[in-house]
Amino acid sequence: MGILSQLVSIARRRSPWFFHLNTGGCNGCDIELKACLSPRYDLEQAGILLVGSPRHADVLCVTGPVTLATRGALAAVYNQMPEPKAVVAIGSCPATCDVFAGSPAIAGPLAHILPVTVYVPGCPPRPNDIVKGVERAVRSLAGKEKDNK
Amino acid sequence: MNIGKSLLALFVLPGLLYTVPMAWLMLWIERKMRARMQGRIGPFFYQPFFDFVKLMAKRPIPRSPFDTLWMIGLPVSAIGALLASMALLPVFSTSGGFIGDLVLLIGLIEVPSLCAVLAGFASRSIFGQVGATREAILSITNNVPFLTAIVALAVSANSIRLTDVALVPSGAVRALVVLTLLVCLPVKLRINPFSLSNAEQEIYAGPTTEFDGPRLALWELAHGLEWVVLTGIVACIALPFRTGSWMGDIVLFTLLSLITVIMITIIAAATARLKISLANHFYLKWGMGMAVLALIVAVLGNVV
Repeated sequence: MGILSQLVSIARRRSPWFFHLNTGGCNGCDIELKACLSPRYDLEQAGILLVGSPRHADVLCVTGPVTLATRGALAAVYNQMPEPKAVVAIGSCPATCDVFAGSPAIAGPLAHILPVTVYVPGCPPRPNDIVKGVERAVRSLAGKEKDNK
Repeated sequence: MNIGKSLLALFVLPGLLYTVPMAWLMLWIERKMRARMQGRIGPFFYQPFFDFVKLMAKRPIPRSPFDTLWMIGLPVSAIGALLASMALLPVFSTSGGFIGDLVLLIGLIEVPSLCAVLAGFASRSIFGQVGATREAILSITNNVPFLTAIVALAVSANSIRLTDVALVPSGAVRALVVLTLLVCLPVKLRINPFSLSNAEQEIYAGPTTEFDGPRLALWELAHGLEWVVLTGIVACIALPFRTGSWMGDIVLFTLLSLITVIMITIIAAATARLKISLANHFYLKWGMGMAVLALIVAVLGNVV
């Protein structure tokens, strides 16, 4: 590996920017995700930033089961993100649809629509686990970890 | 100013070689201080550099050749204008310059703002267009006191040459002008309390919403260079003397620039975003008040 690709790999690991998308959840995971940005957890010390546009993001953090109404928006947001990119499924809803499973308004778990890089289980997961999940996704971006599932 | 000296100023000192690392340092100081004031730890000093490298290494979404051209051309124009303005700054006692370089500098530091407005409108994103509109409105209101303050200094020095203007001995005019420039900086740098044009989350990312990968990296670099140039203008005007040696001059210039960065970061971290009507009102009342007072003092000083 050349010096340049090593530098890029380090930069990807040290500077993950994430975009948050709620695809129909109850807001529990969203509150825990926002807690990660607070002084207690402070994601920015690891270089992690919440960005407003999916075009700026490296990691897509999805909360909630994917509803029929949000499926199109989810695909549009994912396609707007430049490569390399990763998807982190936060909470039980994107993994299994949780209590919403079987509802006629649900399009299915996230894995049926997008390739998921990391699952962060919990209902809702703790902020510490979310931070670890984003960091694992970032390591996969940097080519350090092949399989994070 | 001969061609060799000009190229040295553009690419070495105070140009590219000095400006780019200083831009990343200033971006870090701003983020770190904001984090510390909010009770967070904040990023490490290498963060803006790694952000830039990461964005440059991303593979952007394919676009039409014309879109690619303007999406790269606009930030590159902004970077070029900022590097040229940096080369014009009278950092050293031997800077020299030429008659009228003050007018050229004022023109050049407006280029990034103009490019941001064009980028926002051309992106055809509603958030980009809202950001561009805000940038254009604020730029006009902000430039009235900014230019009046510069004119006051030029009147006081009776010259439109940067070296004369920077070294004019009039203390009262200088103090008022520096204060006005400091008040104008948050709009030009798009930070609180006047961060309306790129109001993060509220309108996504303003004019740069549609920019991705290397195109965004160029905007981030242009933003860092704006920090260096605009704080550099304050640093050049703040003191009416130079040390005599190039080493002493650059150290003094850097220290004053960093003090300016710290001052406006404290203001940014301690304030919330204002509405556009309040921002306009503030500049037309307080900014313009100080700038007109400086102009009156300068004219009276020349008459007496």
